[in-house]
Amino acid sequence: MKYIDEFRNPIHAINILKQIDAIWTKPHMIMEICGGQTHTIMKYGIDQLLAGKVELIHGPGCPVCVTPIESIDNALYIASLPDVIFTSFGDMLRVPGSHNDLLNLRSQGADIRIVYSPLESLQIARKNPDKQVVFFAIGFETTAPGNAMTIFQAKKEGLSNYSVLVSHVLVPPALQYILSAPSNRVQGILAAGHVCTINGWKEYETITQKYHVPIVPTGFEPIDILDGIYKVIKQLESGDSYIDNQYLRSVHKEGNIHAQEIVHQVFDVCDQKWRGLGVIPASGMKIRQEYSDFDAELRFEYKDISSYESSECISSLILQGLKKPSMCAVFAKECTPSHPLGAPMVSGEGVCSAYYKYQRIVGSEKIEVMCDQ
Amino acid sequence: MCLAVPGKVIDIFKENGLSMGRVDYSGTIAKVCLEYVPEIQIGQYAIVHAGFAITILNEELAEYTLSTWEQYDKLKDKQSPDILS
Repeated sequence: MKYIDEFRNPIHAINILKQIDAIWTKPHMIMEICGGQTHTIMKYGIDQLLAGKVELIHGPGCPVCVTPIESIDNALYIASLPDVIFTSFGDMLRVPGSHNDLLNLRSQGADIRIVYSPLESLQIARKNPDKQVVFFAIGFETTAPGNAMTIFQAKKEGLSNYSVLVSHVLVPPALQYILSAPSNRVQGILAAGHVCTINGWKEYETITQKYHVPIVPTGFEPIDILDGIYKVIKQLESGDSYIDNQYLRSVHKEGNIHAQEIVHQVFDVCDQKWRGLGVIPASGMKIRQEYSDFDAELRFEYKDISSYESSECISSLILQGLKKPSMCAVFAKECTPSHPLGAPMVSGEGVCSAYYKYQRIVGSEKIEVMCDQ
Repeated sequence: MCLAVPGKVIDIFKENGLSMGRVDYSGTIAKVCLEYVPEIQIGQYAIVHAGFAITILNEELAEYTLSTWEQYDKLKDKQSPDILS
């Protein structure tokens, strides 16, 4: 068992589709939370396989897409300072800020380095004691433990030249925000499998009871997604709403206690602005007082930067599942992966990049999509 | 959100006081932090995200999931679901 090919077997897909066909009686609207799930859905055409029976509404689970523009602008400011080595996941470099992006700033001479793990940033800090090394810590519950560990480790090692610019977000508050909106159309949820691997699924129990929606923690392989959809449909057809864990091999009710301990030691919950959604109470994380020496926002004098968004980008409606990328006037025209107007077109987990990559064309108007990748 | 992949632990060691390991992703070998899966053994598979192993994959439950899908094959009353036609 290598845990990949076994979960992509088309025979299983046909069997699950038989099951769905046997129980389906009416159309359903299901949201997949995670951008990774969105890309699997689009890549394998799962939305088309279920067209007419299930509408898949794409959730705000793309960390790059929901990082507020103020954080991007602050990152650009810090990265432009002399003696700073600014480190970040690759996706963040092309996200448009108000006036620039990190990739462009790098071409103008700033020392900006792509890292696969925050541990690499820690290593760069060890090797460059005369430089200020900053890591851009964005992401959901899945990424927080790694970022917390580097702060914890930097304090242990006395690495005074390391700091972290934090823009962390939490799924449950955002899910409640979406489910409580008057315009909400979501009836069932595919919860993000790796967020639940960290935090477990106990925190979703109150949501499923309060909003009467089935919640199915789901994996990321195509058969996982189909199985997750089938489990949601079973509940919707019988009028149930409870948690049904599809991703058994990775998710447990309590989650990863070791990871949660370090996160709670280093971070506190706070209100957080989500790009496209606005401020959601208690939906973010910030560095606690005991570790404030490693908070890049405190370390670098915060310049008041006036941030503004592209008026043509409708990512806020897309991130709430109210519109599809192909309904955007600039999709695949002014806005492409090589010239993105909004973050969902940049990120490898963004909805717009998924639609662009897998060429989803909706309605009669055929959009000539020049795939320039 | 959380692009993470399964890999097989082939080596475990300490580095800067952290529990680390080498993980094999079907031929690609990478260094991974194992602090969050202290019970992991060489030969087991972990889910890895941004350089950190976040859980040990449960082979028994993986086999259970696969066997459930194989049961679905017993649904003989419908030849091919109209979903596919």
